[in-house]
Amino acid sequence: MSTGITRPEEEEETESQAVGAARAAGESAYGQARMNETEIDAANEASQRRARRAVEDADHTVELKVFRYDPEVPEKEKPRFDSFTVPFAKGMTVLDALMWARDHYDSSLTFRHSCRQAVCGSDALFVDGKQRLGCKTQVADLADDGVPGEVRIEPLPHAEVVKDLVVDMEHFYDQMESVEPYFQDEDTPDGLNEQRQSRENREKIKMSTRCIWCGACMSSCNIAAGDNEYLGPAAINKAYRFAMDEREGEDLTEHRLNIIEQEHGVWRCQTQFSCTEVCPKDIPLTEHIQALKREAVKKNLKFW
Amino acid sequence: MSQSYDRGLVEDFGRWTEFSAGMWAWIFHKFTGWVLVGYLFTHIAVLSTAMAGPEVYTSTLQGLEALLVVRFLEVGLLAVAVFHILNGVRLLLVDLGIGLESQDRSFYASLILTGAIVVASVPTFLAGAL
Ligand code: HEM
Ligand code: SF4
Ligand code: FES
Repeated sequence: MSTGITRPEEEEETESQAVGAARAAGESAYGQARMNETEIDAANEASQRRARRAVEDADHTVELKVFRYDPEVPEKEKPRFDSFTVPFAKGMTVLDALMWARDHYDSSLTFRHSCRQAVCGSDALFVDGKQRLGCKTQVADLADDGVPGEVRIEPLPHAEVVKDLVVDMEHFYDQMESVEPYFQDEDTPDGLNEQRQSRENREKIKMSTRCIWCGACMSSCNIAAGDNEYLGPAAINKAYRFAMDEREGEDLTEHRLNIIEQEHGVWRCQTQFSCTEVCPKDIPLTEHIQALKREAVKKNLKFW
Repeated sequence: MSQSYDRGLVEDFGRWTEFSAGMWAWIFHKFTGWVLVGYLFTHIAVLSTAMAGPEVYTSTLQGLEALLVVRFLEVGLLAVAVFHILNGVRLLLVDLGIGLESQDRSFYASLILTGAIVVASVPTFLAGAL
């Protein structure tokens, strides 16, 4: 384990001074709660000792090779890989392993997560060469024989790395917004104050509604990598979700088809199936993109 | 906005060992398509020798067929053409939304069938040359 950085002297100085001042004033609870340098070192050492013991006691350990990068710290602005030995337990996910490494070795290890159950879409990572959700990937599944060895964890490819495993999602969200991912028809049928959907239509769009905006598909797509304006699989899937929803009127459907058939829309897709391979919610993305291509053709075909 | 951060070989073709079926199908399809376009030009060039008379055409073809490399190139051309046609049919099915869950298997089937046809063609193409 390495944090790759030695703490600068003057920072230590000011920090303990500040703590001292706050203590003397005896008014800032926050200041009082903060540990001084010796306490931090002791806590770190204790945590490392605990980690060592846990690793020694474990039947199996897994070696995490984690991408590290922090442009704001001179010592860390050169990307590198750190190794963390983590005790393996049955049922452990890649996210669990990362959290263990963060909590026991290096609290500066940065990654996004929230729900831990494949719902929030925060922790799409590049694990052993594939876009996966950390919380939905069993460490045991990464080894052929179920006994984990080494796991390589990197930030999503084709996105700007902010720090360690965190990438900038802004562009992905922009593409999602550009297909107007919300229901727009206000009209309700006579005598009803709700918009009912037929079972068949619900089935048709069922899978497309499952997207959790994780960005795995966009990251896996070779076309999106080379064309920043390409809507990308997730946005097109969103467009499918509404264009195929019969409750929206014809004008709206046409408006939606106009969006997806523009130059950087569905026709960029080369059916490489990369997105479909990686989608953690098993959405048949390529199938939906192809369906929209056919809708776009049908809309424009005129036999007179 | 999204400039992809350069992580060297972390990205793109350096990852070829991790490509899955659909990606390989795409790469092979583009490759074979452009080889076929290239062949089209050679094909026209060879056929054009007939403009100088039947004898020139015959001797050109005989000269080419006498070369062992040409025989092997012919086998290669067949491989390229057969794969492009079989995978082309696969892509047409994909465009029609038919059997997308089996797209990887249909790619492997195209490969195996191509291999079989090519192997079966070897005796014909190499007859008399070895
Ligand atoms: C029965 C014969 C053929 C079939 C079924 C076929 C099918 C296809 C299909 C479906 C595609 C589109 C792939 C995509 O969706 O991106 C394609 C692409 C291509 N084909 Fe063929 N093809 C055939 C013969 C040929 C021949 C004879 C040539 C060369 C003269 C050729 C050259 C190409 C090229 C260069 C591309 C790639 C175009 C691009 O860059 O998008 N094909 N083929
Ligand atoms: S379509 Fe799948 S891979 Fe893409 S953002 Fe949605 S959940 Fe993630
Ligand atoms: S932590 Fe929410 S999707 Fe993984």
